[in-house]
Amino acid sequence: MTAELRATAGESLYPRLEPLLAQIQKPIQYVGGELNAQVKPWESAAVHWALMYPDAYEVGLPNQGLMILYEVLNERPDALAERTYAVWPDLAALMREHGVPQFTVDGHRPVRDFDLLGVSFATELGYTNLLEALDLAGVPLHAVDRDETHPVVVAGGHAAFNPEPVADFVDCAVLGDGEQAVGDITDVVAAWKSQGRPGGREELLARLARVDGVYVPRFYAFSYGPDGTIAAVARTRDDVPVTVGKRTVMDLDEWPYPKTPLVPLAESVHERMSVEIFRGCTRGCRFCQAGMITRPVRERTITGIGSMVEQGLKATGYEEVGLLSLSSADHSEIGQVAKELADRYEGTNTGLSLPSTRVDAFNVTLANELSRNGRRSGLTFAPEGGSERIRRVINKTVSKEDLVRTVTTAYANGWTQVKLYFMCGLPTETDEDVLEIAELAVEVIRAGREASGRKDIRCTVSIGGFVPKPHTPFQWAAQASAETIDSRLRALRQAINADRRIGRSIGLRYHDGKPGMIEGLLSRGDRRVGRVIERVWREGGRFDGWSEHFSYERWTQAAAEELAAFGVDLDWFTTRERTEHEVLPWDHLDSGLDKEWLWEDWQEALSEEEVADCRWTPCYDCGVCPTMGTEIQIGPTGRSLLPLTVV
Amino acid sequence: MARQPEGPPPPPTVQKLRIRYAKRGRLRFASHRDLARALERALRRAQVPMAFSAGFSPHPKISYIGAAPTGAASEAEYLEIGIAIRCDPEAVRVALDTALPPDVAVLEVVEAQEGTGSLADRIDTSVWRVELPGLALAELAPAVEKFLASDVVTVAKRTKNGLKDIDARPAVAGASASEEAGCAILHVVVRQVTPAVRPDDVLAALAAVADLRPPLPPRAVREAQGRLDDTGTVADPLGPDRVARTRCQGEHAPV
Repeated sequence: MTAELRATAGESLYPRLEPLLAQIQKPIQYVGGELNAQVKPWESAAVHWALMYPDAYEVGLPNQGLMILYEVLNERPDALAERTYAVWPDLAALMREHGVPQFTVDGHRPVRDFDLLGVSFATELGYTNLLEALDLAGVPLHAVDRDETHPVVVAGGHAAFNPEPVADFVDCAVLGDGEQAVGDITDVVAAWKSQGRPGGREELLARLARVDGVYVPRFYAFSYGPDGTIAAVARTRDDVPVTVGKRTVMDLDEWPYPKTPLVPLAESVHERMSVEIFRGCTRGCRFCQAGMITRPVRERTITGIGSMVEQGLKATGYEEVGLLSLSSADHSEIGQVAKELADRYEGTNTGLSLPSTRVDAFNVTLANELSRNGRRSGLTFAPEGGSERIRRVINKTVSKEDLVRTVTTAYANGWTQVKLYFMCGLPTETDEDVLEIAELAVEVIRAGREASGRKDIRCTVSIGGFVPKPHTPFQWAAQASAETIDSRLRALRQAINADRRIGRSIGLRYHDGKPGMIEGLLSRGDRRVGRVIERVWREGGRFDGWSEHFSYERWTQAAAEELAAFGVDLDWFTTRERTEHEVLPWDHLDSGLDKEWLWEDWQEALSEEEVADCRWTPCYDCGVCPTMGTEIQIGPTGRSLLPLTVV
Repeated sequence: MARQPEGPPPPPTVQKLRIRYAKRGRLRFASHRDLARALERALRRAQVPMAFSAGFSPHPKISYIGAAPTGAASEAEYLEIGIAIRCDPEAVRVALDTALPPDVAVLEVVEAQEGTGSLADRIDTSVWRVELPGLALAELAPAVEKFLASDVVTVAKRTKNGLKDIDARPAVAGASASEEAGCAILHVVVRQVTPAVRPDDVLAALAAVADLRPPLPPRAVREAQGRLDDTGTVADPLGPDRVARTRCQGEHAPV
């Protein structure tokens, strides 16, 4: 680092930023100062982390992962963590004009000054925002062009399980749970800095590559065969692991984060506090990457949940607590958790909520407890597939009768709004599978009107295109084309509206198939796709998760031109079915799932066979627990929540 | 018949508190909605025993009176809250002030007194102070004079339905210029009319009459709100409650 840089490192850019804020939309999102935010003195920490959520502030702020790491890192006396988010084009233009670089919202410090830039990718559509942030920060886009004065760019989040499309732009990727990994990385960076940065950036990255769960793409070389498939992935140094395994945090009660959740002044997409009640899911839904890569199930205990809710409400003043997980009604003590929390907060207008509920795990008692002290919001179920047949294919089996009965029960008990989530374009899907969604919705309304004696009940069908994801049994599947998705959705809309007397009670919300194709390219792409991302960013691509900013034409044209040299194209990455032994771009990244088991499960999907949840039935050898040295951690604990003493 | 939530109705409002607060520093960039959310959460953290509306979606009883625009600071924002258990107003002030971010200050809390009328009726005018960095008094003063001498000053105002021409002159009850540390300062007393005339509109009016164009973004602070009397004075809107209270001291429970 040059003397000049060191003199100003960590200095606040706010005085230069403030005049720009008067000229833009929603300036509050850039000023920081959220409740429970922290600004540590720059010099107090040996290692400085900038944590980025590569989307707008309103989406990124509530992200649990980032909030957890922010707290875990700031609890270390030798570390400092600040947050940064994607900057909207109006401010980005002014920043470029006035030479103000990408900054953190906490201390308004230049991202360029930090030792590490951690970026959490919940979705691949954030990749162009990473490039925009790097460029605004004054950090070279390509990892190979950075020197030891530049931050180490670390990707995390679910998309990091196949980081190859962004391998040119990131220095490393962390697989799995970040709580312990960020600590190990901090140790490595602290030691390297205190030793006087021996060996420069290359040595630092080599040391990081030996940290469990850390993948450094530059030390792995790809070669391709004449048909465009990957011939081999080879290490370029023999002191880095052949395969990189994911990290798994065991005993969630030991990690009660976030303890003091951030409360923004600006409006965000989740106006509530969240407590993660368990991590992982073994239901085995075959489309679900989250359920595959976060195994095994690790429950937080009822008392652990109780103390997080208590502390979090005190620290935030939120009036709703979301009990988060991949399938919250599956917690072994969910009924008791809901009842005892409702007892504790009786008379305080504090509501509880679950994300979407499995049809087979729903009951009215639970739903009543959740809304006892708060506002009764709508109910959301996620059958995902329209027909019983397709639900067997995706291993989310529920009969039509059970589905209708469950939703009808909800209407009969006073709920007037029910939302149903579906996917379109699932493997083996036909038009009929999708049209059954209409039949189902019609039946739900008909039965619901009868059971509730009301005409004003509503059902919203929300449906999007399915994108096959790495580390799932569908990783070999052909993605349905955008045309297929769009024509099935059109037919579905017509079927729903066929009988207006019923159809007017059914809302249909859908996304066209185009963004899904690009998500598919970025999900199952390899290193060659990096050129497409860069091209799209250079041509103005930003905020690709936002329909008003997303340009399908920009992506398809960039893909056609940048991939032609390799003899592959967009369809090759998306609508092409893979064969059993094709080397997949993420084969050297280990989620613990046995590739042979995944293939068997894929074959069973094609023959419509179900797999039961290993929490309640014998192990079916997915491979995760023995490979990772982990185990299922579930209750019941037999403990209960005592009433809170009145303060 | 409309469905009713099970259980007893929420406890009634037994006391109304009127609150003056300030938004300063970085939080001048907070919108009214941002501040409203922050206030509601702070009231919960401060454990102020709010009264709630009945129904399936109970809301705390809070009435906001006006709101300074996003980007403007204020030393005089007002709201009224309904309380279910009587509280000492000063204890509420301290608790709420502590629970809010440092850039939002709770300046005064008084109990609404019977028969003194509504708070909204006591506010029809804002007193603004607008710092104009990079501008000298010698540039600002003649522009203000020219504006005051005009009968009509038309400016384009951005509304929900696009740009709309309004006359900014009649809303301005008084204006003057001063200087502090080489920075020109515009003082302006503006009647709260519809459509609203805000500091930005007054500056647009100065641009229209005198081609005054500040080189840097101006910084506006609302210094006071209240009823404008014939002498040009803006009365303190919490005054009547304070006067009535000294006549009739009530008993209060602590928060």
